[in-house]
Amino acid sequence: MSKFVKKPREAPAINTSSLPDIIFILLFFFMVATRMRETDIKVKQDLPKATEMEKLEKKDLLSYIYIGAPGERLQKELGTAPRLQLNDQLADVEDIAEFIDAEKAKMPDENRSKIIIALKVDKDVNVGIITDVKIELRKSNALKLTYITTQKVEK
Amino acid sequence: MAKSGKKSPEINASSMADIAFLLLIFFLVTTEIAIDEGITVTLPPYTDTPPPPVESNDRNTLTVNVNSRDQLQVEEEVTEVRELRAITKRFINNNGADPSFSDSPQEAIVSFKGDRGTSYDMYINVYNELRASYNDLRDEASTRKFGKPFGDLIDTTQINEIKDMYPIRISEAEPTDFGAAGG
Repeated sequence: MSKFVKKPREAPAINTSSLPDIIFILLFFFMVATRMRETDIKVKQDLPKATEMEKLEKKDLLSYIYIGAPGERLQKELGTAPRLQLNDQLADVEDIAEFIDAEKAKMPDENRSKIIIALKVDKDVNVGIITDVKIELRKSNALKLTYITTQKVEK
Repeated sequence: MAKSGKKSPEINASSMADIAFLLLIFFLVTTEIAIDEGITVTLPPYTDTPPPPVESNDRNTLTVNVNSRDQLQVEEEVTEVRELRAITKRFINNNGADPSFSDSPQEAIVSFKGDRGTSYDMYINVYNELRASYNDLRDEASTRKFGKPFGDLIDTTQINEIKDMYPIRISEAEPTDFGAAGG
């Protein structure tokens, strides 16, 4: 067995001076990539809480409609009545049909009928405006709808 | 000015990697790649003709109304939201026992009607409770039959069996318009 015993030899040192650079690149990647919000939300968004949600994993099918009172900075011009936000701009209920068409046009053909409209609605909004939105969606034949909510913590 | 020939001392950079690693791990843990969660509903296709009015004394229909002041009424009786789930479950799972409740889960329809002035928060609360009633019943049935909750079932035939036992039938009527002041 003695022939397997190695003579003490100094292990060559691995040069780790470039390791911080690699890690920093990773770090910067994560810092940059995790900015997830693509649109600047101009309306108030305090979502209601619920328990019976499903995870929405098919992101490419989702189109967002934001509803809420205009944010504080915009309230001087626009008042406090709830408004819709489609993409980056405030809009009215009548603009939904056009918005749906535009969103469908962005999708590949086979997905167009599967479009899911995600409603992000502030909890102080009245149901009336949501009803109007739903009628517009039905007219545009976008029938799959999801109310985005946050998880309620059970007491 | 500059002194020549003196070697500048080397900075030990071996801990730099550790610091960067810590930062990296911090970012990895704290950033949630937000997957939105939502309550999904399917709307009926648009028609010009209004849907036929729901027969409210029918035993197979549970009428749930919310008025513009966020008050809840179930089968003409004022109710608290926290009682709603129990009532709905009893209604769905009645199987003909109580004459004022449904004949069977397949025939049971929950008719939900709000007002244009109802707050969205209340609306979601009530809708969530109605969904929860169905999900609870499905979970119970699934645990009884297959030994695990409905959400954990993988086999499609099992999923469909439970879905057929408790089909979700929540119909939303056009909201009333009594208290829409301020939209």
